[in-house]
Formats: sequence, structure tokens, C-alpha cells
Amino acid sequence: MRTFKKILGYVILTAAALTFIYPFLWMISASFKPESEIGSLSLIPKNFTLAGYGAVFTQIPILKALFNSVFVSVISTACVLIFSSMVGYALARLRFIGRDTIFNLVLLTMMIPGQLTLIPMYVLIVKLGWADTYKALIVPAMMSNMGIIIFRQFFMSLPQELVDAARIDGCSDYEILFKIFWPLSKPSLVTVGITTFIGSWNEVLWPLIVIRKWDMMTMPQMVTLFSVGGLAGAQVAAEMAAATMLALPVVIAYLFFQNYFIESLALSGIKG
Amino acid sequence: MKEAAVEERQPSYLARLRMEYRSSDKAGYIMVLPYVLHFLVFVAYPLVFAFILVFCKWDIVSPMEFVGLRNIQRLMRDTTFWTAVTNTLKFLALHIPLQIVFALLIAVVLNGPIKLRGFFRGAFFLPFVISGAVVTILWQQLYSTDAGVFNLILTKLGASPVPWLTDPSIAIYSIAVMATWKNVGFYIVLFLAGLQNVPRELYEAASIDGANRGEQFWKITMPLLRPVTLLVIMLSTIGGFGLFIEPFVMTGGGPAESTLSVVLYLYKNAFQFLKMGYAATIGFALALMIFLVTLVQRKLLDVEQPY
Repeated sequence: MRTFKKILGYVILTAAALTFIYPFLWMISASFKPESEIGSLSLIPKNFTLAGYGAVFTQIPILKALFNSVFVSVISTACVLIFSSMVGYALARLRFIGRDTIFNLVLLTMMIPGQLTLIPMYVLIVKLGWADTYKALIVPAMMSNMGIIIFRQFFMSLPQELVDAARIDGCSDYEILFKIFWPLSKPSLVTVGITTFIGSWNEVLWPLIVIRKWDMMTMPQMVTLFSVGGLAGAQVAAEMAAATMLALPVVIAYLFFQNYFIESLALSGIKG
Repeated sequence: MKEAAVEERQPSYLARLRMEYRSSDKAGYIMVLPYVLHFLVFVAYPLVFAFILVFCKWDIVSPMEFVGLRNIQRLMRDTTFWTAVTNTLKFLALHIPLQIVFALLIAVVLNGPIKLRGFFRGAFFLPFVISGAVVTILWQQLYSTDAGVFNLILTKLGASPVPWLTDPSIAIYSIAVMATWKNVGFYIVLFLAGLQNVPRELYEAASIDGANRGEQFWKITMPLLRPVTLLVIMLSTIGGFGLFIEPFVMTGGGPAESTLSVVLYLYKNAFQFLKMGYAATIGFALALMIFLVTLVQRKLLDVEQPY
């Protein structure tokens, strides 16, 4: 009975795991297939071809999109880490007028669904003259309520002696934050960093609204428009090639840092 | 003691504020300044603006025109909007149960003495980290009526192909299945964390009292997992109301508006029909619905904390 249950468990798990991995393998395989072979369950192309990738490279500036995505995600993540930890530090360790008000604001604004402010945000970006610029993608994403909460909570747990000793040595609050607290906060930095980076990398709706020039698009936006806009035509292999290229950087990072990814995203999901 | 002295002299509010400022950490003001600026420009201003837009007609180009409650009246009578709401409810009606059953089943199996737990957990979580754009473009192909993987399997098994995305009575459920596939790994991890928090002694005590595995699951595990279940339901609901990229890529809201989501309708009103006021009204209605639905769910499920 016990071995039966054990086997049943493995059967369920393996079947389920296959359901999750097979589609991705099929996608990668289809990106190397000629159109005539797409309607097949086989994962090995009979006539291996790079035509799908060729179509992507000739029809859309995908490398520029890759650069845009990396640039926007890296800068936004760096800004979120710096600014959110600053606010988290101030809320956790400093006494100043309005501190509780600001913490309540953070908690309150976290509950506002982004779709509510979508239209005015678009108008604001247009009025600022930021449409079709990196600023439109980066500046609104420079602050993270979830990040502030995670940093505040972690900084509150650090011993006061650290701060006192640093103050006696003549450290400013900025030095305490970046030279003493940051090196101790790797788990929080990783959690906020991964969550912000993945969120920024995968975002589609916001770029769709504020970016119209193909040269300024991020990868998910460009790949989406490539498939939806009919640029790919009926070339399924090209669509799969574009989708594979969009997925690849995250998959590679995920393979190396799987546990960090899972713990970070689960934790920030609970906090959010 | 400091406070007592302050009260005796009855200083004005301003004087007290000045004293408080003097004794406060000045660095704090500079450190929260970026947050305050960001809040004013990208949260407060858009919120106020969105609220004003609800009472206006505006195509961005010509000047705004005050129309009173006309946007709200229109929303109440707009059958397309209510179709989008119904579609969302249909989506959730399949998505939430599917998600909970599947996530719970896998989490329970993974919580047992399983080798390769890390590998399995990693495999289930993979779609969650990948962009929704990838997942929808891929699944659009898997769902293809002529050459899609699902219909290839069905025809191999001798069944007739299913028009997954082209039949108005099926399409929204096809999208719900895909969304479950994308997100379930995240919920498996949440349930797994919940299961690991259940004290072993409870099971030992129950089995001494003669409770079998099934009774233990329903009487101990499920009540203790109630907070996690509530979280899963709330997050799925919020996600379901935010449905956009899936219908945008796969169906454009069709066939016959059967997959039109509220956010896609908002997007179309704003950026295709240039009805900014009406789109803002849809945004408020959406926020209100999310708030009400999650409130009801919390009331229904949070009857009592089992701890």
C-alpha cells in the first residue's frame, strides 16, 4: 500500500512536470522547424532551419529591443533598491515628523490597482513629453511599496548597537545604510531585486501604452506586436523564435538561481 | 517628563512642531523625499485626475467637456461592459477551483518523502517567471484548431478537434486553463509553505485517536491551510480582473466579445476610441469590483482563525 502510494505520487508529479516543461520544449523546437513541420508533436525537427530566427532579425529590431529591456530593467531595479531601502531605513530607524503618515501611505497605495491610474498616467507622460523615451518606462517604476515594506521590516530587526557604534565613528545615516546595513541585507536585496527585475522585464501593458516607436520598444512589447500585429504573417516558426528569445534570458537566470527566484517571488507575493 | 514640561507652557501647535523638528533626524526628510515626490506625481495626481475624468468627456485633442454623471449612467447601460464583467466571472469560476485543487494536490504530494523535490518545484514554477507574452503566444499555437498540440493529441486518441479559441462558448475557459498553467507553480509554493507550518504532533495525536488519513486531511490540514487558501483566492481574483495580455494576444476579445476582459475594454476605449473619460470610469468600476469581491471573500472565508 505504501509503495503503491509512493509510485502514484511520482506518476502524478512526473505527468504534471511534463505538462509544464513540454510546451516550452515544443516552442524551442518549433522555432527551428520549417512551417510544414509545425503541426507535429515531435520535439526534434526533421529539417532543421534557422528561417524563423532569420525572419525575426530581418523584420523587427529585436536586438535594440533586447538592449532596451536590459537597460530599463537594470536601471529601474537599481533605483528601486536604492530609493526603497532609503525610505525603508528612514521608516525603520529614524524619528521625524510625518513618519507614520508616510508608512500608512505606503500600505494604502499598495492596494490601488494599477489599471485605475492608467489613463491619467498616460496623459501625464504625454504632457511631460516623455512618450517614446526611456524616462516613461523608468521614472514611474523607480519606487516600490513592496520594497519599502520588506526593507523596513528587515532594518527594524537589525541591532541598535550597530547604528550607535557607527554614529560614534562619525558615520552619516547614508553611510550606515549603504556601508553597514546593505552588506547585511543580502536576502532582502535579492528578494526586492529579483521581483522588481522580473516585473519590469515581463511588463507589457505599460510599454504598449507609452511607446509607439519600434526603436524604443521593450522585448515583450515588440514580440507581442510582432505576433498580434501580423508582422510575423502566418510564420509560426518566426513567432516561436521571437517568443524563445524573449523567454531565454529569464530561463537561463532561473536555471542558475532557481531557489532565489522561487523564495523571492513567493515572499513578495505574500507581502503584496 | 519632557512632555509634561511642554504641556505646562501650552506652546502653540507651530512651536511644538518646531521643537519636534529640532529633535528629529534631519536625514529622514531627505531620505523619504523621493518617495513623497513619486507619490505626488505618480499616485496622488493621477488618482485625482482619474476622478475628474469620470465626470468628463475627453478625446485628448480637444478641450475636456464636463458631462456630469453621463459616463456612469452609460456604464450601467453598456452591455459590452457587462459582458466583459461576466467574462471575468466565468474565467474566475473555472480558474480559482482549478488552481486550488491542482496546487493543493501537487503541494501535498511534494510535502511527502519525495526525491527530486527541488526539480519538480522548479518545473512547476517555471511558467510563473516567464513573461505572459511568451506564454500567450505559445498557447495560441498549442490551441490552434488545425495544427495545435492539443488537437493533435485529441485526433491521435480518435476524438474530434476542439475549436479552443474560436468557439465563443469555450474560448474564455481555454484562457482560464492557460492562466492556471502559468500561475499554479506560485500557488504550489504558497501551499507548500503552509503545509510545512502544520505541526507534526497534530497528526500524531490524531492518529492515536484513530483518525485515518482522509479525516486528518479534512480536519487538520484544510482548516490550517485556510489563510493560504484565502490568499490564493484573493490573488487569483485580482489577477483575473487584471486579465489583459491573454485576450489581447490570443483573441483580441473575440469571438463575439466572449473573451473581452474589463482591462482590454478599458484599453480599447482609451486608445482606440479615444474616450478617456469613459475609460477612467471603467477603471474606477474595476477598482470598486476588485475591492468588493475581495472584501466578500475575506468575510466568507475568514470565519475564524484556526490558530
